[in-house]
Amino acid sequence: MSKMHVKLTVNGREVEGLAEPRTLLIHFLREDLRITGPHIGCETSHCGACTIDMDGKSVKSCTVFVAQADGADITTVEGLTNPDGSLGVIQEMFKEHHGLQCGFCTPGMITRAHRLLQENSAPTEAEVRFGMAGNLCRCTGYQNIVKAILASADMLNAAKEAAE
Amino acid sequence: MNEMTPPSSEERAKGLKGLGSARKRVEDVRFTQGKGNYVDDIRLDGMLFGDFVRSPYAHARVKSVDKSAALALPGVVAVLTAEDLEPLGLHWMPTLAGDKQMVLADGKVLFQGQEVAFVVAEDRYIAADAVELVEVDYEDLPVVVDPFKALEPDAPVLRDDLAGKTEGAHGPRRHHNHIFTWEQGDREAAEAVIAEADVVAEEMIYYHRTHPCPLETCGCVASMDKVSGKLTLHGTFQAPHAVRTIASLISGIAEHNIRVISPDIGGGFGNKVGVYPGYVCSIVASIVTGKPVKWVEDRMDNLMSTAFARDYWMQGRIAATKEGRITGLWCHTTADHGAFDACADPTKFPAGFMNICTGSYDIPVAYLSVDGVYTNKAPGGVAYRCSFRVTEAAYFIERMIEILALKLGMDSAELRRINFISKEQFPYHSALGWEYDSGDYHTAWDKALAAVDYDGLRAEQSERLKAFKRGETRKLMGIGLTFFTEIVGAGPVKNCDILGLGMFDSCEIRIHPTGSAIARLGTISQGQGHATTFAQILASEIGLSADDITIEEGDTDTAPYGLGTYGSRSTPVAGAATAMAGRKIRAKAQMIAAYLLEVHDDDVAFDVDRFAVKGAPERFKTMKEIAFAAYNQPIPGLEPGLEAVSYYDPPNMTYPFGAYVSVLDIDVDTGVVDIRQFYALDDCGTRINPMIIDGQIHGGVTEALAIALGQEIVYDDMGNMMTGTLMDFFIPTSWETPNYVTDFTVTPSPHHPIGAKGVGESPNVGGVPCFSNAVHDAFKSFGLTQTHMPHDHWRIWRTAKELGLHG
Repeated sequence: MSKMHVKLTVNGREVEGLAEPRTLLIHFLREDLRITGPHIGCETSHCGACTIDMDGKSVKSCTVFVAQADGADITTVEGLTNPDGSLGVIQEMFKEHHGLQCGFCTPGMITRAHRLLQENSAPTEAEVRFGMAGNLCRCTGYQNIVKAILASADMLNAAKEAAE
Repeated sequence: MNEMTPPSSEERAKGLKGLGSARKRVEDVRFTQGKGNYVDDIRLDGMLFGDFVRSPYAHARVKSVDKSAALALPGVVAVLTAEDLEPLGLHWMPTLAGDKQMVLADGKVLFQGQEVAFVVAEDRYIAADAVELVEVDYEDLPVVVDPFKALEPDAPVLRDDLAGKTEGAHGPRRHHNHIFTWEQGDREAAEAVIAEADVVAEEMIYYHRTHPCPLETCGCVASMDKVSGKLTLHGTFQAPHAVRTIASLISGIAEHNIRVISPDIGGGFGNKVGVYPGYVCSIVASIVTGKPVKWVEDRMDNLMSTAFARDYWMQGRIAATKEGRITGLWCHTTADHGAFDACADPTKFPAGFMNICTGSYDIPVAYLSVDGVYTNKAPGGVAYRCSFRVTEAAYFIERMIEILALKLGMDSAELRRINFISKEQFPYHSALGWEYDSGDYHTAWDKALAAVDYDGLRAEQSERLKAFKRGETRKLMGIGLTFFTEIVGAGPVKNCDILGLGMFDSCEIRIHPTGSAIARLGTISQGQGHATTFAQILASEIGLSADDITIEEGDTDTAPYGLGTYGSRSTPVAGAATAMAGRKIRAKAQMIAAYLLEVHDDDVAFDVDRFAVKGAPERFKTMKEIAFAAYNQPIPGLEPGLEAVSYYDPPNMTYPFGAYVSVLDIDVDTGVVDIRQFYALDDCGTRINPMIIDGQIHGGVTEALAIALGQEIVYDDMGNMMTGTLMDFFIPTSWETPNYVTDFTVTPSPHHPIGAKGVGESPNVGGVPCFSNAVHDAFKSFGLTQTHMPHDHWRIWRTAKELGLHG
């Protein structure tokens, strides 16, 4: 099958490559770019393990062709670590509040939480639960994930206030 | 504090982050950054991808397989069928239950989704294309999906390979679709008690078929190095050493030439214990092609072929005096194992620990029989977050208690209380052969009922019922009670083995000269946080900070032999080995300390992180100092170094227990369930890390919620699997999952070195009956005795309709 040229920005870095038009974005990220944070859990958009941030929206990269991502600005969980290599606020809060166990859903969860808190910087618990409902976890029962996201919101808001 | 005051023992102990510390997990720095290393993240040079051609039929003859079109597709390297595997003797493989299973269809297929051919290609897309090009000619055969019909005299013969075999792995077979009959207890005595009893409750309790469905599916990368003759197998294995031994036995490759590595595993829940055709085909394909071969299931593959759980039809009778004292229990179970018996139970327990079905109650006489049956469904019978059928047993007894309470007109909380095994009876010998190690059920029960204000809940429920009858509300309130006893930590080698492999476990510790350490275990974490908690056990045993101890698992070339992680066995068995190996380190450290302090061995005592001279605590050597001396100071009569290994064969199982209460509001018109409250009290003996215990409870109860309220594997009469995606197979989201309240009591195990019992599976075992009992409780005033799970919206609506609640 003939390949097409794609060019996109991933975690602030411009990347390009050749891919068949049918190549899924998740496979391009994981196999061509070796960005293996986003995982494959269902291939039907249900589980959210493959969640990435694409042009300011949470997207399940298992059901997007890389062709559709040509020119897009993408952030994965790898891009949410601080530039000095320390954990970003949401990553730190997941650790602090035991918001993960096997870790397989975690990259998608954190990437989705990142967008959720951009959309709503001070969500209620119900808003977090509703906003995260596209990401499945089999280990935690969500209780500590919700706690971690609410704590992240508090931390981020406190940091914003301090900066103002 | 005065600067000169040395830190107290308590302060020093706190600094070690040992037992009881809510230590943050060391795994999380990787996982939160997407730096985990799961099997699909592994890429080896020249790696090929394997994919299966699967049967669309549940029962059919395979007349021919034409692979020519697939082989002609550019990028396709090989297509394997049973004919290719037969010369190697690998077209069939042993299951962990003593049965055998087709690796690739050998003349016929027995369930929808069965592996027929294995396509190997340069990438996963080409492999998927080639799967479509393999032409298989089938001739369909009559299908049996009902285990009762499978045992009828004229039922179709499923297993041609067993024709004429009247003896199976677990005794006589009495029918062509019969696998085994397993009997425990005293049938005559139980039937006599039931015949004479004041009150007998009888009911069929069905625990439906479901699936562990970890978020990461099963997979492997097989790599045969033809130069060294060494096979490296990365995979999602809950028992890497067992996989190595079995791979050696079935392939003929010497065991030292096989290295099995379990990398990070994205949840297991029992799905990743067994040996699957994908592993065998990947190994063969790597040998044939000389290249590494990766096979990773998609979700549909996972739900339709690798493992299922439950599918137990449990006919029960429970007898009691009119005062409610239980006098006997009888249970006959029909166990649907699918096309091959692929449970992962210890050999002597073909129905797992189903004989824990007397539960938490002092039942003097009991009898259990289990018939294993073949049907045209996926093979298995794995323990989904459960120690070998304990969850079936707990569901059975906790439903029977509720049904008996109805019959007696008693409150079921009280019925439980008067029948609990009392504290003084431990160690308690059950009528079905177990020795319960320790328990204090009454204390836990009283604490739980007080915590939820049980009497207040019942009063509220009664008001609600009146309001419902007055037409003021359409919501009924259900209170779910459960008291469960788990049996985990398999197990004593004298009666626990899998395919002859004894179920001990192990730990090997090396202390480094500067006083840090590495410990390797025979287990493998799939999210349980072993790297965090096993370091805590060691920190308390050897007096080094948990932060200075690396825990490594999953590489059979480096880890000591062990039987892996499932059945809540890591803490009871490998945790015990860890403590025992730590004690060996400490014993040598004591001799070194005494030498350095110039006193007799008996004159020094261990104090948190040091050995000090008895009566002179200011004269001490820290474990760090001792470690350095162990390597670098000649000590007469002692070899240099500070290492230890322990292989721990547990003297008994451990018996964690718990008291759960749930409160549901149920809309009779829509069947929608609102989980108002869930309280979980767990007693897992000594608590290693309370944060991780709470996390296990939250997750396990959520899996229980799924199973009780919606999750099932469904087949139609043709054997079509109807629940192959997460659209159809229910997994709760954050939206329908409640917050849980956790609580505990501590009754240490008397035979475990640190008194720990294991906890990971308790919430599933206790949670399922707790939710189900609440649904039943809501409808009991309208005459509901028993209705089968899962209690999804439709079934609840139907129950309400059948009970005449829709007017």
